[in-house]
Amino acid sequence: MNSPPRQSDENPLGAHLPLDPLPGHSSRGRLERILKRGEFAVTAELNPPDSANAQDVYERAAIFDGWVDGINAVDASGANCHMSSMGICALLTRMGYAPIMQIACRDRNRIAIQGDVLGAAAMGVSNILCLTGDGVQAGDQPGAKPVFDFDSMSLLETIRIMREEERFLSGRKLSTPPAVFLGAAINPFAPPFDFRPLRLAKKVAAGAQFVQSQYCFDVPMLKEYMKRVRDMGLHEKCFILVGVGPLASARTARWIRSNVPGVHIPDMVISRLEGAEKQKEEGKRLCIDIINEVKEIEGVSGIHVMAYRQEEYVAEIIHESQVLKGRRPWRREPGPDDALVAERLDHILESPSERPVDMVKEAPGRDGRIPS
Amino acid sequence: MRHARSLEWIYARFAEILLLLHPFWNAVGYSRAEMPMAFIEKNVKGFMFDCRMCGQCILSSTGMSCPMNCPKQLRNGPCGGVRANGNCEVEPDMPCVWVKAWQGTQLMRDSAAILSVQKPVDHTLRGRSAWLRVTQIAAAQNDDNGSML
Repeated sequence: MNSPPRQSDENPLGAHLPLDPLPGHSSRGRLERILKRGEFAVTAELNPPDSANAQDVYERAAIFDGWVDGINAVDASGANCHMSSMGICALLTRMGYAPIMQIACRDRNRIAIQGDVLGAAAMGVSNILCLTGDGVQAGDQPGAKPVFDFDSMSLLETIRIMREEERFLSGRKLSTPPAVFLGAAINPFAPPFDFRPLRLAKKVAAGAQFVQSQYCFDVPMLKEYMKRVRDMGLHEKCFILVGVGPLASARTARWIRSNVPGVHIPDMVISRLEGAEKQKEEGKRLCIDIINEVKEIEGVSGIHVMAYRQEEYVAEIIHESQVLKGRRPWRREPGPDDALVAERLDHILESPSERPVDMVKEAPGRDGRIPS
Repeated sequence: MRHARSLEWIYARFAEILLLLHPFWNAVGYSRAEMPMAFIEKNVKGFMFDCRMCGQCILSSTGMSCPMNCPKQLRNGPCGGVRANGNCEVEPDMPCVWVKAWQGTQLMRDSAAILSVQKPVDHTLRGRSAWLRVTQIAAAQNDDNGSML
């Protein structure tokens, strides 16, 4: 492919240049643009590394190149320690990816979170997903102090206030508000079922512009939920992305069902996997079948692929389910501060920089004398 | 939660009585009434609702189920981790506070109260009497309305 297909909303001066937010848009991000012009959006979840190596993040993101409109940087999902969503977003924005930064209320209070929102927006993060977060008992550090200063609802409202009223929750003014597209999570598959659509309405009222759902393995249940959502007109106020993902085997499915909070897997799904000769292949097939059903539901604006430790299948799943309809999401998106960085790049690359080896040479020795 | 409706009624009457007593609170001084009132409130609500004295009671918007008993202290509805049997994700033997709240709300007259978005908890109010605070605010509003007439 020589050049990316010309998109209707790219910068007329060149696709490599950043865009101003379009009228009525709250961010510069591509996810908001894709959704608002009515395309079927695809997002995926990046498996956060347990390392301090930037290369790990780049490799894990490269798998999604040209297949997704946004990459979710999870915030210690399942209360397990990993590289922070802030760190992942710093690396991804540096490489021109469009991350969706997740913020969980479990680990930080309102002072830390509001600071992180400003920092993230300054780095070029255009999408923030507001979560309550799994309880600390679910993860690898059950002895941690659960914070939960905000809940997902008040977190949404706080960031919306920062963006629209240009102030902190305390009232102090912001000189540049964070231009972010706000998201939240929904779980149509957990009780109390009657309350779930009303809870979505509450999230929309608090500021949610898009939502990503928990894993969907029960399409009839989702249809029921969506029917009520449509009756309330919520699908017109907020974009709904349905969470999907391949199950590696019947055994994993059972494990997830009993160990991961909030995931509902019907018996039928497990028996289908059990009956298959190649369970992993069948898991992928099942995922594609679910996508094909889900994309036809009125009010569903996209899918969110969570292929934990099977990220290499994401491209196949998206390709085979043909949800992109031939569209090829942009690989690289220019950041608002790219010009600034480019200006300094020569200086950074060419001017002599100090290396540790040189510093040792110049440092005074034990006897206090500077070596000549 | 089975008594949510009657409790709602009692609460409404009780708030009226406290408000009628406003001249008395004013004479005593709200700050001086604080200690004994917080003591009474702590024991009464502690016994009835397992109250945590957050100082900003929203029982009437949560079907008379105290949200501060949720391990995540969620004040705006259930998290996505509620088990299929309606129990808590964190404490498997405890029914979800918000499943209870939703049931309680169905019985209440003002069942839409659960739909309003609650502000984050103000920790400076912890341990103080929510009853007195609400009364004081209502009295101040009454005064405002009175002076406008």
